[in-house]
Amino acid sequence: MVIKHKNIFKTESAWSNADEVLLCLDTGSWRTERPVLDKEKCNYCGLCALYCPPQCMKDMGDHYEADLAYCKGCGICATECPRKAFAMVPEGEFVDG
Amino acid sequence: MAKAQKGQTRVITGNAVGAYGAMLCRPEVVAAYPITPQSELAEQLAQFVSNGVLDAEYVEVEGENSAMNVALAASVAGARAFTATSSYGLVFMYDALQEASGFRTPVVMVNANRETPGIHAVSSGQQDMISARDTGWVQIIVENDQEILDQIIIAFRLAEDYNIQLPVMVNYDGFYLSYLAEAVEIPNIEDVDAFLAPLKKQPGRQKLVPGVSIGCGTHGMEMGYVEARYKHCQALERAKNKVDEIDKAFGDYFGRYYHGQIEEYRTDDADIIIVASGSATGTVRTVIDTKREAGIKVGLVKLRLFRPFPAERLIKALKGKKAIGVIDRSLCFGWKYGPICMELRALSPEIGPTPILSYIDGLANLDITVPHIGRVIDEVGAAAQGKPYQEVTWIPMEE
Repeated sequence: MVIKHKNIFKTESAWSNADEVLLCLDTGSWRTERPVLDKEKCNYCGLCALYCPPQCMKDMGDHYEADLAYCKGCGICATECPRKAFAMVPEGEFVDG
Repeated sequence: MAKAQKGQTRVITGNAVGAYGAMLCRPEVVAAYPITPQSELAEQLAQFVSNGVLDAEYVEVEGENSAMNVALAASVAGARAFTATSSYGLVFMYDALQEASGFRTPVVMVNANRETPGIHAVSSGQQDMISARDTGWVQIIVENDQEILDQIIIAFRLAEDYNIQLPVMVNYDGFYLSYLAEAVEIPNIEDVDAFLAPLKKQPGRQKLVPGVSIGCGTHGMEMGYVEARYKHCQALERAKNKVDEIDKAFGDYFGRYYHGQIEEYRTDDADIIIVASGSATGTVRTVIDTKREAGIKVGLVKLRLFRPFPAERLIKALKGKKAIGVIDRSLCFGWKYGPICMELRALSPEIGPTPILSYIDGLANLDITVPHIGRVIDEVGAAAQGKPYQEVTWIPMEE
């Protein structure tokens, strides 16, 4: 057997460095709605980040934002936010959606 | 390497031996849930931790699925992890078994063989181990109490080998060995340290470290998946010779050899071979000795490694033999042969056109008796002489 494949993983086990490459599902493409934050309402409590299933909330220093490459649009952040700071907006309303 | 000092001989049960074996290897994390017939092992290990004999984190989990998840997570974080289970417990951790091997975590687990769900049997049988065949683990089967202890030490040396990095399951017949007290030599812990010391000289394996953005196992899309699985299969292939190599190193140091992947008993000039595994092999040896006195050239192949399957060594041992009988203590649903027999038949092109007779016996605590094995040898002997034979025999159903 002639192996032509060049190894993706540097290690024997399937470890990947998330800073360099994320060889994981492009879950952002599953989304039909995206969370849009009203910064006026956000008090940076972090509950959205705690509840986010794919853990894609980015800490922006004074608020959180979903990483749209991985956000599936499940809306749990919007549901759990005590101040209702997230609105789930249909993807069709965005140029990049 | 010099020889180990003589250990302390004690008469203890297989379960207690399992606890001693694990303790001697100094696992840093133990997560186990008690289940018949393994309970005493989980209790004894907890005792070792509570009285300070073993310095480990003992996680009292609420079930076996958590036990395996704790063990594999601890292993991913770099700890030496141990667990033990049986039957329903093994089935309950089925997904976690695959995570453990997929993540290439060197977890060592003892499994006290017991029948599996469906027919509520609290009794011995290898069905649990057989049902976990395709989980990607290394599976070792032992014959007696001393072997339980020794194989746990060998299991850690194998699992943590840099070129292997796989979880290892040490299987012993529940009820038979779990509750059987035998004289066992317990090595000195310093000697076990010395035997496991080469592991520390290897390159360090990748670990999960807080604050470092690194992922394990979750990043296997498409070619990532194929590559990881290919490496896993290659590691299992390498594990075969590694088992032989570690067995020799163990024997040279502790004075007890198990002959690696398979043990051959009186096979050299044998015309017919009986293939068996686990505690029943002791009885098979006795019957072979009796039959030899009557001039029947019969030998035993004791299967010690079920996964990876020791194909090359089996071919070498079985090639040219006139007939083979395989005793299985479990079933292969949907294939009429017993599971070990079915695996062995996959080697037919290499072994040659030899009658292979499948025997199902010893299910649900029914003994694989001396008369049973005598009958098997007689029938395999007749098949070797070209007489017609029955391909599959459920021995208890014909009695």
